[in-house]
Amino acid sequence: MTYAVMFYALCALILVSSATVALSANIIYSAFSLLFAFIGVGLIYAMLSADFLAITQLMLYVGGILVLILFAVMLTYQIEDSKRSNQSFSRWLALPMAAGLFALLTAAVLLAPWKPHAGEPPFGPMTAEIGNSLLGPYRLPFEVVSVLLVVGVIGAVVVARKEIRER
Amino acid sequence: MVDFWALALIPLAPLLGAVYNGLLGSRMQARFGKPAVHVPAIVLPAISFAVTVAAFVKMVSLPAGERNLFCHLWNWLPVGGLDAGLAFIMDPLTLVMCFVVTFVGTLIHLYSVGYMREEPGYWRFFSYLNLFMFSMLVLVLGDNFVLMFVGWEGVGLCSYLLIGFWYKEHKNAVAGMKAFVVNRIGDFGFMLGVLLLFWGMQGDWSQGRFRPQPQAASAAGVSAQQPEPAVPAPTAGLTFRHVKERLSEPAFREAFIHKKVFGISLVALIGTLLFIGAMGKSAQLPLYVWLPDAMAGPTPVSALIHAATMVTAGVYMVARLNFIFALSPFVMTWIAVIGVLTAVFAATIGFFQHDIKKVLAYSTISQLGFMFIAVGVGAYGVGIFHLMTHAFFKACLFLGAGSVIVGCHHEQDMRKMGGLGKLMPVTAATYFIACCAIAGFPLTSGFFSKDEILWKAFNAGNLILPGGGIAVWLLGALGAVCTSFYMFRSYYMTFSGEYRGGSRAHDRETGAHADPHQPPKESPRSMTCVLIALAALSLVGGFAGLPRLWHLPNYLHQWLEPVFEGTAGLIRDAGHGASVEWALMALSIALALTGWQLARWLYLDNRNPIPQKLYASRAAWVHGIHALVYNKYYVDEFYNATVVKAVMQARLALDWFDRTVVDGLVNVTRPIVLGLAWLHGKTDNRVVDGAVNGTASIISDAGGVLCLLQTGNIRTYLYLAMAGGIVLILASYVLF
Amino acid sequence: MHIGLTHFLVLSAAMFCMGVLCLLSRKNAIGLLMGIELIVNAANVNLVAFSHFFGNAVAGQVFALFGIVLAAVGVTVALAIVLALYRTFHKSIEVDSASTLRG
Repeated sequence: MTYAVMFYALCALILVSSATVALSANIIYSAFSLLFAFIGVGLIYAMLSADFLAITQLMLYVGGILVLILFAVMLTYQIEDSKRSNQSFSRWLALPMAAGLFALLTAAVLLAPWKPHAGEPPFGPMTAEIGNSLLGPYRLPFEVVSVLLVVGVIGAVVVARKEIRER
Repeated sequence: MVDFWALALIPLAPLLGAVYNGLLGSRMQARFGKPAVHVPAIVLPAISFAVTVAAFVKMVSLPAGERNLFCHLWNWLPVGGLDAGLAFIMDPLTLVMCFVVTFVGTLIHLYSVGYMREEPGYWRFFSYLNLFMFSMLVLVLGDNFVLMFVGWEGVGLCSYLLIGFWYKEHKNAVAGMKAFVVNRIGDFGFMLGVLLLFWGMQGDWSQGRFRPQPQAASAAGVSAQQPEPAVPAPTAGLTFRHVKERLSEPAFREAFIHKKVFGISLVALIGTLLFIGAMGKSAQLPLYVWLPDAMAGPTPVSALIHAATMVTAGVYMVARLNFIFALSPFVMTWIAVIGVLTAVFAATIGFFQHDIKKVLAYSTISQLGFMFIAVGVGAYGVGIFHLMTHAFFKACLFLGAGSVIVGCHHEQDMRKMGGLGKLMPVTAATYFIACCAIAGFPLTSGFFSKDEILWKAFNAGNLILPGGGIAVWLLGALGAVCTSFYMFRSYYMTFSGEYRGGSRAHDRETGAHADPHQPPKESPRSMTCVLIALAALSLVGGFAGLPRLWHLPNYLHQWLEPVFEGTAGLIRDAGHGASVEWALMALSIALALTGWQLARWLYLDNRNPIPQKLYASRAAWVHGIHALVYNKYYVDEFYNATVVKAVMQARLALDWFDRTVVDGLVNVTRPIVLGLAWLHGKTDNRVVDGAVNGTASIISDAGGVLCLLQTGNIRTYLYLAMAGGIVLILASYVLF
Repeated sequence: MHIGLTHFLVLSAAMFCMGVLCLLSRKNAIGLLMGIELIVNAANVNLVAFSHFFGNAVAGQVFALFGIVLAAVGVTVALAIVLALYRTFHKSIEVDSASTLRG
C-alpha cells in the first residue's frame, strides 16, 4: 500500500518536473525542475531495489551533471531576455508527436505479454553484486568506459578552448 | 592409251617463257640486254619441239591402231556426268599439229630476234609469242571440248595482243579489236555447238520433244563415281574419246542422226554452229574481215599466227571432230561450199592489192578455203596435209616479206619496191621457191597437197550439190589459177626490175624515219637462216604425202588413218577412176604454169605497159571493177553500215534505258531516303536527346527538391528523426 | 494496488515522451541537453524495472550504471560544444543560428 502511494507520488513529482523542464520559458526554471526530476528518478531506483544505483544517480546526476548544466546556463545566460530565454517553438507540432509517441509506447507496454517471475521480487542490497559483476563478467565494458571518459574529457577540453591565433 | 607424262611439258614450256618474260622481261632486258629475253623465249619452244619428237618416237614404237599418248594432270570440272579434266592427249593428228606448231613456231622466234631488234618492247613481244604457243598447244593437245575452247580463246587473245603490239598507233589497236570481236562471234557459235552437242547426247527424243532418259540421270551420277558394267555408261561427257565412242555405236548413232530441234536436224545444227567457230577463227567467208587488218601487227606475228597456226585451228577442229561432221552431209557440203567460195573470193581481191602483206593475207584466206574444201568433202587427212605444207610455204612467204620490209626501211607498198632480187638474193630465192610451192609447181609440197584436194573434191560423193563435187572442183581450179597469178605478180613486182624506192619512205610500223637514200641490203643471218629452212621444207615437205596414184607410199595418210577411220564408212566417193586423176593432175600443173606465165608477162621488170594503161584507163567499167575489187568488194563498209551501226544503235538505246529508267528508279528512292533521314533526325533530336536531357533535368530537379531537406536547422532534423522513429515503430508494429 | 512492471514501464514511457517534447520544442541548446537527459533517465528506469521484475538480475542495473556514465560523458562534450557555439555565434546559443550547413 505504501509502495503504491510512494510510487504514485514519485510519479507525480517526476512528471510535473519533466513537464516544467519541457515547457518552461525560463531556462533557470527548467534547470531546477530537472533537479527535481533527477531526484525523483533516484528514488524510483530505490523503490526498485537498486540502492547503489540510486545513490550513484544522486551523486552523478544531481551533483555532477546538473551542476555542469547550471554552470553552462549561467555562463551563457542572456540577462536581457531572461523571461523569454527559452521560448518554446512550435509547441503545437511537438505536442501531438510526443503524445502520439506516448500512446504507441503505452500500447506496446500494455499489450506485450510480459512474463515476470512469479512471486514478489526480492529486495536486497545490490552493491556487492554490482561490484562483482563490474570486475567479473562486465570488466571489459568497464575498462572501455573508463577510456571513453578520458577521451570525452579531452575532447571536451579541445572543443571548448579558445582559438590561439598567431599574431 | 599410253601414259606419257612429258606431254604436259609441251604446252608448259612456252608458258614458262611467257611468264618469265612477262614478269621479269623488262628488267632483264634493261640489265642484261636482249639475249636475256630471247634465249629463254627460243629455248623453251625448242624444248616443246624436242618433246614432240620424243613423243613421235614413242608413238612409232606402238602398234598402228593404238598410237595414243595420254597425260592427265588433274580433275578440273567434276560436275555430274561431266568429266572435263585437265588432260592432254596425243594421237597422230595432234602429233602433226604439234610438230607444225612447235617447229615453225621456234623458227619464227628465231627470226624475230633479227626482225624486232630495234624494238624497245622486245620482252613483251616474246612474252606474247610464248603465250600464243602455249595457247595453241593447249588447243591441239586438249582432250576435251572445254580445254580446246580454252586454247581457242587463248589464241584469240594472243592474236589481239600481238596485232595491237604497237598499240600507240590508233589503227593497230583498232585492228586488234576487230580481230578479237570477229573471233568472238565465231566463238559464240562454237560454244553453242558444244552445248548443243552435250545436251543432245543426253536424253531421249520422241515426237520432237526432249525427255531425259530415266536411267540416264542416275546413271550419269552413279557411274561418274563407280562404273558398273551392268549400268550403262554416262550418256554425255565432254572428252573427244567419249563422244567418238558413243557415236560409233550404231544404235546411238542412228538415233542421234534423227534427232531434231524445232524441226532442224540436231547434227546439222551442231555442225553448223561449230563451223561458225571455224569461220571466225580461220577467216572464212563472212567472218574473214579481220585477217587483212591484222597485217597491222609485226610480220613474224603475221607469219606465225595468221599463216601457220592460229588460223588453222578451225581446220584442226573440223578434222578432230570428223565423227560429228561426217554424220551430216548438209554440213559437209556447206563447209566445202564456203571453203571454195572463200578461196575464189579472196584470190580475186589479191589481184589488185599493192601492200605486200595484204596480198599474203588474202592468199592465206584463199588457202584456208582450200583446206576447208578438203575437210568438207571428207578428205580430212588431205586437209591436214595442206595445212602442214601451207604452214611451211606461207611462213616462208611472210618472213620473206618481212625481210623485204625491213630492207626497204619499213616500206610495204610493192609499187615502191622492185629490183630487190639483186640486192637481197637469199630472200628472193626463198620467196620464189615458196611461190612455186603455193602455186603448185610439180614436186613442190604445195603441188601434192593442193592437187590431192582438188582430186578429192572432184571425186566427192557425199555432197548434196547437183553434179556432186565437180562444181567445187571447177571453182577450186579457178582459185588455183588466181593463186598462181597473184603470187607471182607479187614476186615480180617486188624482186624484179629496178628499185623504185627512194622517196621519203615513212616508217609505218615503228614511226622512225630511215635514211631514204640507202639502198636495201640483205637481212641478217638469223633471218635468212630461217628463210632457207622454210624454203627447203616447202620443197621436200610434200614427200610425206605422195599420192597413191604414183604407187608411192603416202606416209602421212598412213599415219593419220587411225584417227579418221571411224568415219571412213560414211564418206563415199564418186568413183572416178585413176585416169581422171591423172588428167586432173596434168590440168593442175598446166593451170599453175599458166598463172605464172601470165604474171611474168605482165609484171616482169615492170616492162609491160598494160598494168599502167589499165590504171590510167578512162573507161568506166575498168575503173568500176578495179574499185570494187581493190576495195575488197566493200565488205567492210557493208559490215560497218549494218552490223556495227546496229550494235551502236543498240548501245544508244541501252544507254537511254540506263539513264532514264534505271536512274529514274534510283532517283525515286531519293525522297524516301530524304524523308527517312528527316524523321531520323527529328527522332534523334527530340526523342533521344529529350530522354537524355530529361533524365538530367529529372535528377537535378529531384536534387533541388531534396535540397530542401538540408535546412541546416538542427531542430528540423530532430523533428524528422523523431517522426522517422515513430514511423519505424508503427511499421514494425504493423508488420510484425 | 499492486504496482507491477507495467506501471514502471508506463512511467518511463511518459518520461521519455516528456524528454522528446523538450527536445523538439526547445530553441536553447542547453534546453535540448535537458531533454536528452530526461530521455536517458527514462531509459535507465526502464532497464532497472526490468532487472527488478525479472529475478533481480544485476545486468540491468549495471547497464543503467553505464548509461549514467555515458550520459555524463555526453553532457560534457555537448556543453563544450555549447560553449564553442556561444563563442562563435556572438553570444547566442540558439540552435537555429548554427545553420551554415544549409543545403
